[in-house]
Amino acid sequence: MSALLEVDGLSVELPVAGEYRTVLQDVSFSLDAGQTLGLVGESGSGKSMTVRSIAQLLPPGARTSGSITFDGASVLDLRGDALRKFRSRDVSMIFQDPRAHTNPVRRIGDFLTEAMRVNGRVPRREAERRAVELLAEVGIHDGERRLRQYPHELSGGLLQRVMIAASLAVKPRLILADEPTTALDVTTQSEVMAILARLQREYGMAMLFITHDLELAAAVCDETVVMYAGAMVEHQASSRLHTDPLHPYSAALMQARPEIERRVPRLPAIPGHPTSAFETPDGCAFAPRCRFAEDACRAALPAFERVGDGEYSRCRRAEELRGQLLVPAVVSHEEVVR
Amino acid sequence: MSSTAGRRADARTDSERTTAAPGGVPILAVDGLRKTFGRGRKEAVAVDGVSFELAAGGSLGIVGESGSGKTTTARMLIGLEQPTAGRIVLDGADHTRPARRIRDLRARGRLIQIVFQDPYTSLDRRQKIGDCLGEVVRLHFGLSGSALDARVRELGELVGLHDRQLRALPRELSGGQRQRVAIARALAAEPKILILDEAVSALDVSIQAQILNLLADIREQRGVSYVFISHDLAVIRQITDTAIVMRHGRVVEQGQTADVLDSPQDPYTRLLRDSVPHAGWRPGADALVTS
Amino acid sequence: MTALAVVAEARRRTRRRPRGKHLSVLGWVAAVVLAVVALLAVFGPLLVTVDPNAVDLGNAFADPSAGHPLGQDASGRDLFSRLLSGARTSLVGPLLVVVVSTLLGTGLALAAVWVGGWFDTAVARVVDAVFAFPGLLLAILATSIFGTGLQAAIIALSISYTPYIARIVRGAALRERSLPYIAALRVQGLRGTAISLRHILPNIAGLIFANATLSFGFALIDLAALSFIGLGVQAPTADWGAMVGTGMAGIQQLEPQEALWASLLIVITVAAANSLGDELVKRSEARA
Repeated sequence: MSALLEVDGLSVELPVAGEYRTVLQDVSFSLDAGQTLGLVGESGSGKSMTVRSIAQLLPPGARTSGSITFDGASVLDLRGDALRKFRSRDVSMIFQDPRAHTNPVRRIGDFLTEAMRVNGRVPRREAERRAVELLAEVGIHDGERRLRQYPHELSGGLLQRVMIAASLAVKPRLILADEPTTALDVTTQSEVMAILARLQREYGMAMLFITHDLELAAAVCDETVVMYAGAMVEHQASSRLHTDPLHPYSAALMQARPEIERRVPRLPAIPGHPTSAFETPDGCAFAPRCRFAEDACRAALPAFERVGDGEYSRCRRAEELRGQLLVPAVVSHEEVVR
Repeated sequence: MSSTAGRRADARTDSERTTAAPGGVPILAVDGLRKTFGRGRKEAVAVDGVSFELAAGGSLGIVGESGSGKTTTARMLIGLEQPTAGRIVLDGADHTRPARRIRDLRARGRLIQIVFQDPYTSLDRRQKIGDCLGEVVRLHFGLSGSALDARVRELGELVGLHDRQLRALPRELSGGQRQRVAIARALAAEPKILILDEAVSALDVSIQAQILNLLADIREQRGVSYVFISHDLAVIRQITDTAIVMRHGRVVEQGQTADVLDSPQDPYTRLLRDSVPHAGWRPGADALVTS
Repeated sequence: MTALAVVAEARRRTRRRPRGKHLSVLGWVAAVVLAVVALLAVFGPLLVTVDPNAVDLGNAFADPSAGHPLGQDASGRDLFSRLLSGARTSLVGPLLVVVVSTLLGTGLALAAVWVGGWFDTAVARVVDAVFAFPGLLLAILATSIFGTGLQAAIIALSISYTPYIARIVRGAALRERSLPYIAALRVQGLRGTAISLRHILPNIAGLIFANATLSFGFALIDLAALSFIGLGVQAPTADWGAMVGTGMAGIQQLEPQEALWASLLIVITVAAANSLGDELVKRSEARA
């Protein structure tokens, strides 16, 4: 059985000030129905750009190569009605800031029923009944009242649930969730994630989950892809990510995060700052910040290679370093390069 | 330098639940702080009966979610809001009411400073970094010429900024570098207390660690006291000695940071702790406190 | 529509928003036109070789000839030199209106935003009241008090343009004032005037300039209209608006040259000011 979504060798260049800049480099993964894949990375990692490529929301003038296949059809070749159908029926997107994606002067009810009434030609009464059902699905039980409210009358968490309800209206097969809980409080994040997980189970939807939070990805995704400077650096089962990272960047990222359980004298910070693909020198993009980098790492961009069963890494020393990546550095590397 | 955060072995009783540092004279004392907005039926209580103390050289965390009143508390501390009731004592003097006269405003500025969350809007986008720091140094200490330049360079070095970055505009710097500028600008007034209002929340994880280390160094070198406001419990653990947990404008729990996080007494603190994603986490499994 | 479809649609619509550092082709053309017009206003009267007020009744409505490249008007005056010397009166008026109303409006708005409270409310009320009153009507009223002529018209229009600028500057300054860097400067103890003039003003200067450019076009039209109905520039001084007015007689006699040339210059200048102002406004809003 072929995957629901298949991304293969995706590269994207954007025109900036008259020249093309690479923002995505050779991204490949596949996603089955019912599966959740996490895309984790910092600024410039290309995680959001990957999602935008799939939704065909790239800025004008973007140059794309590689392929994106959804249910056997090439997404990059969709035009006109086919593209509209893909966006409105097959895929739903949940954004970081729900407020920016709702019209402040339109009621929640209008927002939820518009698609049904326009696309499905469902009568108003019927559409509202269904909207109330959808709200109940995301844990909002006073739906009739909410339909008459405006976005500003709802808290961020509640509004995000409305967005999820709206995306369910068409029963999409793929959800693109771009940092859907980043702007929410932790307790609200927990509720929203619970709703997403339950709905996904019930509807059998696939989800591409974008986040900067490695812990969150590990907790809610089946598999996790770690991205850096527009390229994938690691891909493996989320359950093993924390104990057995395959790329120095993932390991360094985990170590740099403070822990609730203990205070350390000094956080093992990663020197320098995250870069975008077009700013990186030849060779491994992470090499300038990597405590394991050797001369050979700076010579050529390492390939994204299989390390084990369902395990991939873009580090040329991946196998050699396996198991040692989480060992604390003896000298704080940060002092040298800061 | 982490010794102060070591977990206390002794069991805690309610009467011991105080953030007062042993023996030290508090550099900041807040008593019964209250802030309401609006009047009559529309009155909303943002902060209600908040009391805490911060020892000189100490670091106090204020934990809370949106609407907890933590930012309003910060704004009252720096004099951007006037408390409806209660008392704010900074370095032994009453500073409950915001200063009116420019001389008093500057004096308060040399006592307490703030770093905000968003490094992009925290700096004037048309002002070069060096000018931004220089403006504040001149304001407080009247330096000019080479003395001013030297002081600006010194401030830059303190936060890890080079000459090249001092000549740059904010848009040429990364988020982490801008936050370093905001910290340097706050320190330019040589304050005794620094409020960090979600100051590392908008930063990438790898940069967040750099800034947290920088803040620890500065506290050690300069003896500046911190009020660190954050929703991030792990960050609070790393950077503070004592902590208060706020919800709906009230303090629900306070004590040594290690105690508050390791054995939370209040159900809300427990919920906060359990809501943080961790290995084996089941989202929403905790008792739902729906808004 | 799903949120995704909505976003895709919104993106498609905003594609035409100005991008990059440089003006569009239309913007450049408009800027060049305005520059030429400005040169005309400065040097035009110096280039005049024929006295623009010299009457030659024998050659009324004469066709273009060697000495008169654009022909002559109803009184036989040289059209070319009247247009050239009229450039200054036609353009200096609106320029004054724009400068005065921009200074007044910006100062009022910055003061209102910084002081806040009742003062801000009062300024907002007054501004709204004057805003609701048509500028042209106010100008006509002013001429009935101060008498006809350019001065009264400029004063009246300056007053009626002030609320427009004040409104825009107040909005932009309020947005700027709400940014954390302003709060940081207040906590440092910087004076309100210093924050307003050194930080807020430079950051909204682009928007102010853009709107000044835009209102230059409107002021030109309004002043021309006043001169057209005889309340502005008085005969025999050459002015484009007044020339459209006096040219009306010629139109009835199938000699439309005077009205045609004068209105053409007005239209070109106004169109240039509007397109350039419009583009600058959109840019400064996109950047804010």
